Amino acid sequence: MFRRLPDDERDRVVLTFEDERIEARRGDTLAAALLAHGRMVTRETAGGGRGPFCMMGVCFECLVDVHGRGGGRGLQACMIEVCDGMKAGRHRTQSSDEPEGAA
Amino acid sequence: MKRTQLLVVGGGPAGLAAAALAAQRGVETMLVDEQPRPGGQIYRSGGFTSSTLDRLLGESRRHGAELVTAFEHSGAVYRPRTSVWHLDPDGEAGLLVRDAQGAGASETIRAERIVLATGAMERPVAFAGWTLPGVMNAGAAQILLKSSALVPEGRVVLAGSGPLLLLVATQILEAGGRIAALLETAPRNMNAAALRRLPRAGRGWREIARGIGFYRYLQRRGVPVHFDVDGLVAEGTGALGAVCWQSGGVTHRLPADLLLVHFGVIPVTHATRAIGADHVWDQAQQAWRPRLDEFGATSVSRYAVAGDAGGIGGAQAAEVSGRLVALDAAARLGPMSRDERDRLAAPLHKKWNAATAVRPLLDALYPPPAFAADPADDIVVCRCEGVTAARIREAARRGCTGPNQLKAFTRCGMGPCQGRQCGPVVQALIAAVHGRPIETIPPMRVRPPLRALSVGDLARIARADSDEAY
Repeated sequence: MFRRLPDDERDRVVLTFEDERIEARRGDTLAAALLAHGRMVTRETAGGGRGPFCMMGVCFECLVDVHGRGGGRGLQACMIEVCDGMKAGRHRTQSSDEPEGAA
Repeated sequence: MKRTQLLVVGGGPAGLAAAALAAQRGVETMLVDEQPRPGGQIYRSGGFTSSTLDRLLGESRRHGAELVTAFEHSGAVYRPRTSVWHLDPDGEAGLLVRDAQGAGASETIRAERIVLATGAMERPVAFAGWTLPGVMNAGAAQILLKSSALVPEGRVVLAGSGPLLLLVATQILEAGGRIAALLETAPRNMNAAALRRLPRAGRGWREIARGIGFYRYLQRRGVPVHFDVDGLVAEGTGALGAVCWQSGGVTHRLPADLLLVHFGVIPVTHATRAIGADHVWDQAQQAWRPRLDEFGATSVSRYAVAGDAGGIGGAQAAEVSGRLVALDAAARLGPMSRDERDRLAAPLHKKWNAATAVRPLLDALYPPPAFAADPADDIVVCRCEGVTAARIREAARRGCTGPNQLKAFTRCGMGPCQGRQCGPVVQALIAAVHGRPIETIPPMRVRPPLRALSVGDLARIARADSDEAY
């Protein structure tokens, strides 16, 4: 879906997204790193998977859970930067379009 | 509680110019910005060198770097990765400071004056399949290019209208990418409304020549360009698989991996609505903007707006308006006389008029498509809460007169984006059901927190405050 320009010589950073090893570059946002890796889905809803849409913090579609120290649930992947050893996964959102009767 | 004379919210051209000039003129200034580096979306950078990016982004990248350097030497305090989650009438601002990996801590700052330079966002248009992974804003692709040196690849389709769409298309090609098709929702030939605005449009001819140049370039590079595109549909299960549309009376379908859409930009008015400032409906730009005086002051004392957040004028105009707001702040806060403010402002007002003269033409050339105001019943309008156009229409028919009541009926606008994406569409839907002019439907009310924060973040606020009390 996205490829890197050849003259990007930033340091490599390795993180884990749901047991998948992802190599990124220092300074990448988590959303950029996932898209560069070909991972389009960052969040699960009752209506299906969602992925980064605006990349500037206004759509809240790229929500992820970051595990471990300093992490959190439902963080915007386009607003946080990758670091070595980062562990993250899709955020799951309950929404009002759950099947009738679920509420 | 920390104090500053001037708090500037947003680190794009308007905020940087405002903070730099205010600080140079002796106003104690702090700039807070959500991003890790200054520049805003237009001058966004990943902070690394790349000759390819220098070539692709050219003058814009150089100018952005100059603006940032001037800001860094101005003496203004800079706080990156900092969101404003609360603003009150006394000038108290609740800040949420995140580290690079997202851990939040909170603090409060009191400012004598606050400049909101929160910029623009791409106009949300709900069309079938716009929630599928693989459908993104064209501006998002440009952000990925500027900040992470990423170029779209695979079967890439661009759709919508506006200068940014064409710019992104040429940047993708010049970066070595390919484009399967560009779907322009505007007609091929200039419409009558645009023609009427041409004589007063300043550099209008240059803008039109630029537009024609873009289309020629795309055609030379073998990119099929379709005009008058209607009925845009993103298809796929789980992720985007194909794009469908109608143009020239024919229905088309093209397999696609990535669909980049752009329907112009609108002011980010979350903060100005939160403080209760008066807003006006901008008919030409089809968006709300705060009512401002000629120095950017809002109807709420202490608060001013600079740049696109006050109405779309583009990066050049944003920078000029930032300086105007800074002069006014310096005059109000002490260091500058009113006379000096007015003397320095005169050439800036001229510059602002020149920079914005082309806007009415651009608005007429690239209007939002007709389908923006009339999404089909099964289309999800509120991405956060999964509320469809059908449910919004039904609530409106049952007597819901505005978006605030609609929240209670449907939860539309109550998810983490707080109506940023669905607000404009909801307004159009309610207006259509009641057969009322769109400007009579008010925007969604905004309440703190302006940004979602966790209970942990809140707990850290409480602790910080109690520490201070002892």
